[in-house]
Amino acid sequence: MKNDNLMLTKPSGTVYWRRLWLRICRHWQVYVFLFLPVAFILLFHYYPMTGIQLAFKQFDFKKGIWGSPWVGWDQFEKFFKSHMFSRVVKNTLRISVYEIFAGFPIPIVFALLLNSFRHERLKKTVQTITYMPHFISVIVLVGMLFQIMNSRSGLYGTIVHYLTGNYPKDILGSAKAFAHIYVWSGIWQHFGWGSIIYLAALTGVSPELHESAQIDGASRFQRVIHIDIPTLLPTAIIMLILRAGQVMSIGFEKVYLMQNTLNQINSEVISTYVYKIGLTATITDYSYATSIGLFNSVINLVLIIFVNQLAKRVGDTSLW
Amino acid sequence: MSTVTQTKNLLAMAKPSKVKLSTADKVYYSIVYSVIIFLTVLVLYPLIFVVSSSFSSGQAVTNGRVILWPVEFSIESYKRVYEYKVIWTGYRNTIFYTLVGTLWNVIMTACAAFALSRPKLPGRSWLMFLFAFTMLFNGGLIPNFLLIRDLGLYNSPWVLIIPGAISVYNMIITRTFFQNSIPGELNEAAVVDGCSDFRYFFAILLPLSKAVLSVITLYYAVAHWNSYFSAMIYLNTRNYWPLQLFLREILINNQFSAEMLTTMTDEEIQKLQGMSDLLKYAFIVVATVPILMVYPFIQKYFAKGVMIGSIKG
Repeated sequence: MKNDNLMLTKPSGTVYWRRLWLRICRHWQVYVFLFLPVAFILLFHYYPMTGIQLAFKQFDFKKGIWGSPWVGWDQFEKFFKSHMFSRVVKNTLRISVYEIFAGFPIPIVFALLLNSFRHERLKKTVQTITYMPHFISVIVLVGMLFQIMNSRSGLYGTIVHYLTGNYPKDILGSAKAFAHIYVWSGIWQHFGWGSIIYLAALTGVSPELHESAQIDGASRFQRVIHIDIPTLLPTAIIMLILRAGQVMSIGFEKVYLMQNTLNQINSEVISTYVYKIGLTATITDYSYATSIGLFNSVINLVLIIFVNQLAKRVGDTSLW
Repeated sequence: MSTVTQTKNLLAMAKPSKVKLSTADKVYYSIVYSVIIFLTVLVLYPLIFVVSSSFSSGQAVTNGRVILWPVEFSIESYKRVYEYKVIWTGYRNTIFYTLVGTLWNVIMTACAAFALSRPKLPGRSWLMFLFAFTMLFNGGLIPNFLLIRDLGLYNSPWVLIIPGAISVYNMIITRTFFQNSIPGELNEAAVVDGCSDFRYFFAILLPLSKAVLSVITLYYAVAHWNSYFSAMIYLNTRNYWPLQLFLREILINNQFSAEMLTTMTDEEIQKLQGMSDLLKYAFIVVATVPILMVYPFIQKYFAKGVMIGSIKG
């Protein structure tokens, strides 16, 4: 009797665990569903995290990851002192910031304009065409770039020749042009796709708002300024903040394909440098590559946590 | 709201050209239409140019005479591509990786999403964190590489299928759909009727989730078709290579396989040099058309997928 009383007011530890155990048992089938995915996540995502210790070791092929000797922060010091440090960090930041400034507003403007389109069928056609390049593989995209931007046989060469009578200098081997080509080809490929999320936000505007504005004599442009843009603003702010969280990460795939010995000064970014140090250099250095990779991942992690906090304050939205 | 304006609006939607526009609107719309049409042409033009080039003669392409439509129409390049055996090896492998890989992806993703969408599952938020954290942080290139090597997956075709089983992003889209679009009462009713979780998943949940399943199927399939990085670092044997790696050799590194050259006479090789641009255009078309053919049919689902994904779950 006394015990029962206690249970009602304050379940003791063992009772709590027993109830939890019962709930777990009731869900056993659900855990069966989770078994493979969780095993997969642990093996392919969490186990490699133990390999991060390599960043603080000097990898020895005979002894493996766990047996290699510790060297403390040596690898990081080596990286910070190397002449490649400022180059890869600067290139990464420069290309990334350029991409944000040039690439961020275009899908928004495109969505605003497309939203005021009055021919449904034409609108669908425009969407089909502008989303299409998003599905082109990065190898094909860069292949197209090489063909079209070729300064002799490509469209670029042909046009400049037609206009000036001379063939232009090779633009694909130019270090100066690298960021421009990289960013604008990316915009060409993805601006249509990027507008989807804004178009979706715009369909959330109640038609009555537009109707009453129309009755009050607002022109379509005024309605864009006073109805459409304020509707998009929260989505846009969140997207911008989240994008800013990735400012230190540039995908490997496209940069690597576009690189050549001539443009390397401006095209070597952190991810491509890690790949070369770790896997393709004549003397590969696993530890050094891991430490550079870790340096980058930690910055990315800190940035994303920071901008997520910011998003919480500004837009009341967050990733988690 | 007066019925007059409503009718007006309906009319406006039905027949835009019949409604009188104010001058300001006329200016606005002409700007909108010209900008949108300009952008659409800008996107379309390179695509048309590539296709037209591939159907032109080698000479016309190298001399830059192709501007919009094919010049000296020929399908010579496609005959060459057809004879290029390596590309068919690539095609065969890519189709295998895409089919098997996508199937494996969708099964794993749906299972995880189903479990994590159950509101009363003990440890749910903890498990969710386990998945989500992998989007923010990872071991990096070298530790992953060493793991693959230790598992014996290096240079095995399964390396393109097994390790990438779940994209957490797609899993979250699926989970959000399960939570928001399938009423929770359905599960409660099923439980009352003595339906097991297994049966609920296969007989009720999956048939109701065709929209999200098609979205993630397509996301995964496109990713398999287009990716090259894993294949590049893990596969040495050319026989296992996906299409994209062969394309890289041809389009980026400018190498045509020796096997192709040895079966040719000198004269043919010379001709090939002149035709290399032409061939590249044809390869681009052959590798891209399958994915672009499928895409317009499922376009509405893609848009839906982005929308589902943007709603926080």
